[in-house]
Amino acid sequence: MTTPLRIGFIPLVDAAALVVAVDKGFAKAEGLDVTLVREVSWSNVRDKLNIGLFDAAHLLAPVAIASSLGLGHVKVPIIASYNLGLNGNAITVSPGLHAAIMSEIEGDPFDPMATALALSRVVAARRHSGAEPLVFGMTFPFSTHNYQLRFWMAAGGVDPDEDIRLVVLPPPYMVDSLANGQVDAFCVGAPWNSVAVDLGVGHILHFVSDILLRAAEKVLATRREWSEKNPDILAALIRAHQRAAEFIEHPQNRAEVAGILGQPERIGIDADVIRRTLDGRLKISPDGTMRESSRYLLVGREGSARPDPVLAVWLYAQMVRWRQATISPEAAEIAQAVFRPDLYDAALGSRAGQDEAAFGSVGAFAGPAFDPADVGGYLAAFNVFRRVP
Amino acid sequence: MGAESSPKIVIVDESPIRAAILEEGLREAGFTGVVRISEMQSLLARIYALDPDVILIDLENPSRDVLEQMFQVSRAVRRPIAMFVDQSDSASIQASVDAGVSAYIVDGLKKERIKPILDLCISRFNAFSKLQDELDRAKSALEDRKVIDRAKGILMKLKGLTEEEAYVLLRSTAMREKKKIGEIAQSILTASELLK
Repeated sequence: MTTPLRIGFIPLVDAAALVVAVDKGFAKAEGLDVTLVREVSWSNVRDKLNIGLFDAAHLLAPVAIASSLGLGHVKVPIIASYNLGLNGNAITVSPGLHAAIMSEIEGDPFDPMATALALSRVVAARRHSGAEPLVFGMTFPFSTHNYQLRFWMAAGGVDPDEDIRLVVLPPPYMVDSLANGQVDAFCVGAPWNSVAVDLGVGHILHFVSDILLRAAEKVLATRREWSEKNPDILAALIRAHQRAAEFIEHPQNRAEVAGILGQPERIGIDADVIRRTLDGRLKISPDGTMRESSRYLLVGREGSARPDPVLAVWLYAQMVRWRQATISPEAAEIAQAVFRPDLYDAALGSRAGQDEAAFGSVGAFAGPAFDPADVGGYLAAFNVFRRVP
Repeated sequence: MGAESSPKIVIVDESPIRAAILEEGLREAGFTGVVRISEMQSLLARIYALDPDVILIDLENPSRDVLEQMFQVSRAVRRPIAMFVDQSDSASIQASVDAGVSAYIVDGLKKERIKPILDLCISRFNAFSKLQDELDRAKSALEDRKVIDRAKGILMKLKGLTEEEAYVLLRSTAMREKKKIGEIAQSILTASELLK
């Protein structure tokens, strides 16, 4: 007997494990008959998961937390039992802004502190000359993209709410908006950064792994209530994802994976761009300069699929820093409980992946080490934060 | 917004026909302050300039995420906006998602005032998709007829049949093969292309 499931996703490379679990038959082997539903907005994914039109979803990790806390929307407890991707975003800037930052930079252009300080000088110069504030695009108010951009520029003294304008843009509109000057930069997932570089309208300034070594990006999200009622189905789903992730991470399978993801009803873009994303080998400049990183996007390797509650609390801390949430120990606890390594471990047993050394660490380039037990103390170390509600 | 005057409603929809149908429905129901936006560039700036009480957006629109930004308190936002969710009425949320529309309201607007707008919206959206289905069916029927006419022509020429006989041959073949007559006609066209 097979169990029918409807799972929503947004066409991005970090939906890879979900798509491969279905298209390579790993879900079927676990007795699951999954229908993947491609969506156009995170709002849709969230709402359809919340009201039960989807059994599970490819979801921004911060949305799972916001939904569980009832921030900005209906409160529906969500859990994340499988981490679909760690990192995977990049910050891309227009050629004009790239030149401006490079003319101000002191030090290594891959050092986020050096670029953030250079950005603050560019911002100051623009203010002096009476130019309009720079505009940065990101994908959703509750998104890692939002927090990564803010964390980075604030470290250089740029106040993301006062000194620049931060706007939400749907990923498919990012590249056009950069090309026509509506935004000067954006932070988005794959493939959009590469698309901008290939078209010659953007330079990849940073992989987000420059900013944080480990950021929970997208999760396999289910309603807590549904998960408690269907523990066996959820376990089967986790196992199917694990097999898919193992398949994806095997370098020998990369070409096949890129082909599967490139299908029009899946991500629907050039398989070659997907391949570069999975390999962490990206063209960062229209002149053809390449950059490689083993930390660009992790789909399961190094234990990255195991939900790390510390990363959930770090995301909650960002919500507090930027006044999307109020601070309380209860809220921190709710955020932490969204991520469920226990369910991941139970489903996989000895096959569970884990990186003892890295688990529980964020690895941010600035600020003190993150202590999930003391969000207030951690945030007190930052002098740029949202002051007025 | 005057408490009793008609609320200002913005419809964000890239389908001009559907937006027009919705606007007409709202006007008929006495909501006179309706503005349509079909261009997604600088969406927020346009909305702020209009300063509406209610925003309606179709769910096929990626710019729905842009509207979520309005919940965030920021300098750019003059009046906080909330998504319309009546937590006590999950049936209406379900109905609105099924119909493919979502409503955002300015904080403070009474539930009783938004409910009739949303209900109307749902029924118009459903009517529109029914219309769209019918149109699609009519289009494919027309396509079929063109294909069948061409297939009949080929049969008449090759086998020296009358139009009536050609049609009977197509129909009986379709019945025997348990296929649609349009499919049989299409395979005749394909075959004749190949044999040219």
